[in-house]
Amino acid sequence: MAEPLLVVDDLKVHYPLGKTLFKPGVTLKALDGVSFTVGRGEVVGLVGESGSGKTTLGRAVLRLVEPTAGKVHLDGKDVTALPPAELKSLRSRMQIIFQDPYASLNPRMSVGQTLGEALMLHRIGTRKDRDQRIGDLLEKVGLPRTAAARFPHEFSGGQRQRIGIARALAVNPEFIVADEPVSALDVSIQAQIINLLQDLRKDLGLSLLFIGHDLSVIEFLCDRVIVLYLGRVMEMGTAAGLYAKPRHPYTRALLDAAPVPDPTIRRERITLKGDLPSPVSPPSGCVFRTRCPYAIERCAQVVPPLEEAANGHRVACIQSHELDLSNPLA
Amino acid sequence: MTDATVPGAINPAAPPQTYWRRVLKRFLKRRLAVIGAAFLVLLGIAVTIGPMLSPYSYDYQDFDLLGMPGPMSAEHWLGTDELGRDALTRLLHGGRVSLAVGLAGAMIAGIVGTLVGAVSGFYRGIPDVILMRFTDVMMSIPTLPLVLLLSGLFRPSPPLLVAIVGILIWMGTARLVRSQFLALREREFVEAARALGASGPRLMFRHILPNAIGPITVASTLAVGSAIMLESALSFLGFGIQPPVPTWGNLLNSASSWLSQAPWLAIPPGLLILFTVLAVNFLGDGLRDAMEPRE
Repeated sequence: MAEPLLVVDDLKVHYPLGKTLFKPGVTLKALDGVSFTVGRGEVVGLVGESGSGKTTLGRAVLRLVEPTAGKVHLDGKDVTALPPAELKSLRSRMQIIFQDPYASLNPRMSVGQTLGEALMLHRIGTRKDRDQRIGDLLEKVGLPRTAAARFPHEFSGGQRQRIGIARALAVNPEFIVADEPVSALDVSIQAQIINLLQDLRKDLGLSLLFIGHDLSVIEFLCDRVIVLYLGRVMEMGTAAGLYAKPRHPYTRALLDAAPVPDPTIRRERITLKGDLPSPVSPPSGCVFRTRCPYAIERCAQVVPPLEEAANGHRVACIQSHELDLSNPLA
Repeated sequence: MTDATVPGAINPAAPPQTYWRRVLKRFLKRRLAVIGAAFLVLLGIAVTIGPMLSPYSYDYQDFDLLGMPGPMSAEHWLGTDELGRDALTRLLHGGRVSLAVGLAGAMIAGIVGTLVGAVSGFYRGIPDVILMRFTDVMMSIPTLPLVLLLSGLFRPSPPLLVAIVGILIWMGTARLVRSQFLALREREFVEAARALGASGPRLMFRHILPNAIGPITVASTLAVGSAIMLESALSFLGFGIQPPVPTWGNLLNSASSWLSQAPWLAIPPGLLILFTVLAVNFLGDGLRDAMEPRE
């Protein structure tokens, strides 16, 4: 792959909290210096616990949340610095699919109106052939053309998610953020939606940033995976490499937390205890050290840099060379 | 592409269920609300065509009956007032004025309140602080002392009265709309539209406002009740529509001095104010249940 489609460089999203005229308040660091790339046609997975900053990262990349610092380039264009008019035209190239298919469709607009608005905002097609396009979009995501006249409440969750996907596809984007697109669905429906995404990816050559916490889904769908913890990248690498040989204790803990469909297998596991520390006052040094079974004194003193551990595999852990965290099941 | 369409899709024969169709269905199940709506419709018809059917105009004076209120009779169904004017004609004509002022005042309150609340809730930050503090100030102004003060200064024309009524009651709607906008702006469908590049006004009026229309309709309906009450109070105190043009408020005012001799003059406008406001409130409650079902 030549030039990556999306380049994210040292992205930060900080929220001032409790600041009033009378007191200074504190800063919540939802994202604290995240860098990565997504190649053309590549699917990158983003995993981490609730509160790790996954959703904020997805939103900030699309500038739905204003980044505090850092840069996002889509095909060489600086998303973070564009004036509103140019940002709008760039929005047709980057789209988002949401988690909750019940909240992501306007209940007062018919499916045709929702899709038509996307076309209208980006002046795609003439008024006459938009109905045709809307029908084509619906068929593309496996819904009947007649669905256009219906309202969201007439559909099931899986069908609504298909509508959400059709809306994202309406403007012919190259890059889509999929923010836990299957987490809210029944397992049987999840497979359908994942297959749909897989097909669309192949047919349309889409690049995806796939946010999720189901590691088996991520493994199936993604080329590379980024592990996020408390707004920082802990580890990133190819899906195969990362699953077979995690190099960060947090990644290993996430893999261990995933259920294995064979109860006879016994294995040593890293179990995470407690909750995520507060992002308002993160631990010094390595942010994961408070829950890391391998933490040593030095972990509290130095912030581990994200270092190349193997080809294309980067990890932020000062002990990564000493620890063997290979997944015995992989 | 995926070729098979999803099984278990919607029934293509059934008509699309629009929001309003469902609201109507639920509304018709509320008996008090339907009675209230029916009463208001009948009242609307009566005050519209009633004065046209009456043989008297609202300011026609029968000089034979001057000086004392006249009793109910075949010629004057609700009697006459001390100036020899037909009470029923004046009651119906007064209904026109009171309802018109009430509706127009509530409409102004609805528009002002919706705009203030929408901008406040959508943009947050400094616009929100300024608009909400202004709203607080307006809410803290005691209505009747202000009105009495104004009445010493000038007599309002009907359009001015409508504006005053509107300006005195928009604050509740503004707060309600603001809270709706604050909640709805975070919803994912609004974010989806933002991700498509929709402008601020488009997000506000195409995506958020239609989803807040239920509470806004309810608030505006209830505001009609407040506006009618306020207009009646203002006219009763002499700061409203000026005689000889009747309104329910000033009819009550002039009838109050004859309360013991001619109660038939005071009771009809009083009852109509009572029942109208009651019907408006029943209607508003019914709309609330129909538009925001807790299912």
